Amino acid sequence: MSRPRLPFEFLVALRFLREGRMQTALILLGVTGGVAVIVFLSQLISQLQASIIDRVLGSQAHVVMRPLEEANLRAMPEAGSIALVEPRAQRLRSIDQWEAMVKLAEVQPRVVAVSPVVSGPAFALRGRASKSVALLGVDPDRYRRIVKMDTYMTRGTFQVEGSNAIIGVELAKDLGVTVGDKMYLRAAGGRDELLQITGLFDIGNKDLNRRWVFTTMKLAQSLLDLPGGVSNIDITVADIFDAQDVSDRLQAGSGLTVESWMTTNSQLLAALRNQTVSNNLIRSFVIVIVALGISSVLVVSVVQKQKEIGILRAMGTSSNRVMGIFLLQGGLVGFVGALVGVALAWGLLVFFSTVYRSGDGAPLFQPQLDAGIALSAAGIALVVGVLAALIPARRAAKMDPVQAIRS
Amino acid sequence: MSGHGAIVSLRGLRKSYGVGTPVEVEVLHGIDFDLAEGEFCALIGPSGSGKSTLLNLIGLLERPTSGELSIAGEATRGLGEQALTRLRGRHIGFVFQFHHLLPAFTALENVMMPSIIERGVATAEAEATARELLARVGLKGHENKKANQISGGQQQRVAIARALSLAPRLILADEPTGNLDTQTADDIFALLREFNRERGSACLIVTHDPRLAARCDRQIELVDGRVARDGR
Repeated sequence: MSRPRLPFEFLVALRFLREGRMQTALILLGVTGGVAVIVFLSQLISQLQASIIDRVLGSQAHVVMRPLEEANLRAMPEAGSIALVEPRAQRLRSIDQWEAMVKLAEVQPRVVAVSPVVSGPAFALRGRASKSVALLGVDPDRYRRIVKMDTYMTRGTFQVEGSNAIIGVELAKDLGVTVGDKMYLRAAGGRDELLQITGLFDIGNKDLNRRWVFTTMKLAQSLLDLPGGVSNIDITVADIFDAQDVSDRLQAGSGLTVESWMTTNSQLLAALRNQTVSNNLIRSFVIVIVALGISSVLVVSVVQKQKEIGILRAMGTSSNRVMGIFLLQGGLVGFVGALVGVALAWGLLVFFSTVYRSGDGAPLFQPQLDAGIALSAAGIALVVGVLAALIPARRAAKMDPVQAIRS
Repeated sequence: MSGHGAIVSLRGLRKSYGVGTPVEVEVLHGIDFDLAEGEFCALIGPSGSGKSTLLNLIGLLERPTSGELSIAGEATRGLGEQALTRLRGRHIGFVFQFHHLLPAFTALENVMMPSIIERGVATAEAEATARELLARVGLKGHENKKANQISGGQQQRVAIARALSLAPRLILADEPTGNLDTQTADDIFALLREFNRERGSACLIVTHDPRLAARCDRQIELVDGRVARDGR
């Protein structure tokens, strides 16, 4: 064995840790467990949230522009008279000057795609079967950037022209039709049309698979009696959490009713936020517990190492360097614990990705480790380790060398 | 007597414990003496006479309540903790009664430790010096044994090698042979004497053993915190 190569503080810190095997193992275990819990939880929750949001937004536009609701306008009531005003029934209407509104939306920053949609209620008829559906007249090239229909197609392509229609797999089953068959579509106004089914889709949502019927905009306009009009404009934004912002600006600019997915799914969003809050709470508790663990074990170690500290002091070690030795022990334990903890978290993620499955048997999340989460957990562990060592280290530094040697 | 040319110079050195409390007690009541460079001196006296306290003061492990203390010509009054530590590391080597080696380190590492502390890392030079010192104290072949795997006498030899590793001008030994049998005690004492002659390190040795004290060049006797006798 040749001479030790490490700098003094590292050398002594490592030897002290090695000497107190049991204690070192205990704090390492604590830090490892803490880091693993934090990384695992954060990763799990962020991935589950991403997956939930993905599912919700998989069939929904980030922002939707609609015409303003119609309201009753009244002349000033005569003095002394009472008027009972009933809210007006909302008919299907077109957005005024929708081409201009589409342009307005397209020039907004952070807007990625804009698609005008003609939508309204209708019945799909075949033989004696009659199903209530939502008719969606779209320009497929624009609409596939709002909802990724291409990925949902089970038969045919997402392309409509003439009197073609694309329907969901559930509706196809209900009507007993498939690609190449025909079905009647009757709109609420009584107009009907014979449609040729050219594609089937499966969005992963039975309700939508049963209700959505895609045709050309022109066909939908004529069926729904909206000549040249569109009922809503769907918008995709670059970052989904910018949706509310974009929506507010569009509302101010257009005077239309504009809603973001964040408004229509406010409950979901609130639930996700609460989940994040409780995750942060758990994280904080774990950090505090781990810090207390490191601190208390090191305090004991300082007491046990009194004599050694005294000897080091007598040989010319300043109290600051003694403090450094103990801070280093905290940092080393934090660092090593973080490395092992991240590895353990990865193992847990792999394991739980095979346990947590959604209804259709697909894994709810893919095991993946976000470098940011792993690095920040490791950083926190290092800092917590050093901070937790602060009290024991100060105690060691303040120790009177004479007392320490005599003890 | 001036402090010039002395490795240790004490003037009116007093030490009280519990200052400002009802149990304040003065242990040293004004100590004056100089220790010349290379002097081999015994510090004797009954238990409780203040020998160890005096040694700790000279070793800069404790601060005097009043009086002057100079080490290697440098007055220590008013120096901060860092400066005292530096002075201690540079000029003073300790040999304690219970050897006080670091159990987590090998004999070689223990001997190198003062140099590692001084330089920050272990140098090849320090290793060579340490090996040579261990060979000199008769521990060749024991370099890589942990400090708690060797006998008491061997541990004390390691402690002496360690005290000498930075070639200090002053060695302070607090009953270095206190817990050793006569034969081993004689060996350890002889070793100190040898190094004193060879390297010119001054030694101040606290001892209860009149036999060993008689073999020193000078004996300072403390009684009740005062120098009762100082003779050669």
